[in-house]
Amino acid sequence: MDDIKRKYVIPGDVITTGPYRAEENVNLVGDRIIATTVGISEIYESGVRVIPLTGMYVPRIDDFIIGIVKSHTSLSWELDMRSCYPGILPAQDVFGRDFNPKVDELTSRLKKGDLVAARIANFDRSRDPLITIGDRDLGKIEEGELVKISPSKVPRLIGKRGSMIQTIESATKALITIGQNGYIVVSCEEPEGLLKALDAIRMIEEHAHVPNLTEKIQEMLGSNSE
Amino acid sequence: MGVRKSDIVLLDDKGIRCDGRKIDEPRNIMIKAGVLKNANGSAYIEFGENKILAGVFGPRDVHPKHLANTDRGILRCRYHMQPFSVSERKNPAPSRREIEISKVIKEALEPAVMLENFPRTVVDVFIEILQADGGSRCAALDAAAVALADAGIPMRDMVSACAAGKVADTIVLDINNEEDQEGQADMPVAYMPNLEKVTLLQLDGVLTQAEYKKCVETAINGCKIVYEVQKKALKDKFFGDSPQ
Repeated sequence: MDDIKRKYVIPGDVITTGPYRAEENVNLVGDRIIATTVGISEIYESGVRVIPLTGMYVPRIDDFIIGIVKSHTSLSWELDMRSCYPGILPAQDVFGRDFNPKVDELTSRLKKGDLVAARIANFDRSRDPLITIGDRDLGKIEEGELVKISPSKVPRLIGKRGSMIQTIESATKALITIGQNGYIVVSCEEPEGLLKALDAIRMIEEHAHVPNLTEKIQEMLGSNSE
Repeated sequence: MGVRKSDIVLLDDKGIRCDGRKIDEPRNIMIKAGVLKNANGSAYIEFGENKILAGVFGPRDVHPKHLANTDRGILRCRYHMQPFSVSERKNPAPSRREIEISKVIKEALEPAVMLENFPRTVVDVFIEILQADGGSRCAALDAAAVALADAGIPMRDMVSACAAGKVADTIVLDINNEEDQEGQADMPVAYMPNLEKVTLLQLDGVLTQAEYKKCVETAINGCKIVYEVQKKALKDKFFGDSPQ
């Protein structure tokens, strides 16, 4: 932890010069490593990367995401997942192998506006990301409140080994489902717990770059319950 | 307008210009990032008397679809002057001049934006001139670059723009409306300050080789001043309340 050097950067800032590996959101020009987005740069061991503070979600294979059904064709649904591409959910994935477009009506399973917990099955430059719900805990989300945060702040919301999210869940008794794309569904039996969890998420979104955030959230949740 | 050439002193004996600036002094510049809620990125700039708003959408689906490029994204740019931006009402339909400026701004931003990361998409940049004074294309470009960074679109470098020109046989930085109309040359330059590359260079007027060289150098110095302001605007928005 201690040997990671952090710095606030904007596009064009020279992070370092030297024998480092250029990783995410940086550009190697000669021997200079230049940031390409607004964020926090990290220099560790041999690599340099920038954690973005703004921007869209970039799909990655195996990411868990939450999508909103936008439209459908006779063979697949199109999901909004806060990316520059729509997620494609094939009808076969939902109806099973004996899916028949002549018989099965897609809207009987998923309608426009429905929330879906899914995983990215395949994605490359040449086509739109293919998503799947054929796994445990995936599928249509029946209830809960949708919150949208910046995808770059998702790791902060989860915290180190899930510490942040556990703090919120245990203090509010809410069930929080986090998609890597920044869509979050919060459900809670008690309306008070729901409101508190939503407040905590919004606070994390606003103060994502502030150190010791977990303690601050604990303080906030603790003081509210008294 | 209405002032004859002889009525206005562009440069006095002490080297002070018609608006009280020194020859290497830019106008006041203020930039604010993230001023619009519905756009993915936005910026507002006041560059002297220029007041300009820029909004960015994308990367997003291309419509009409035939414009899409399968191996890289495309950039679209619209520079538009409001009817009230000049002293006499301007017809809001795009004029020949606005179409040209849209094109040069697009071409000045293209080398910076890493569109190859987003095939089949488009990045839209909309620029509205609320109030125009000389040098609005440079100011528009400055705002557009900040708006792109605010939208989180990967960029090789910021793009900073500033004009220089020749007024009363002297090379001066950042010429205003009067100097533009009465002066001898106007040269807008856009520059990537860290990569040290020029992305826009236009020239209206006649310069000798030595003057041309000096003019480019002066404009690039102006770009570096603008860059500091752009940097501050982005840092204020994203890291405003935290130390460092």
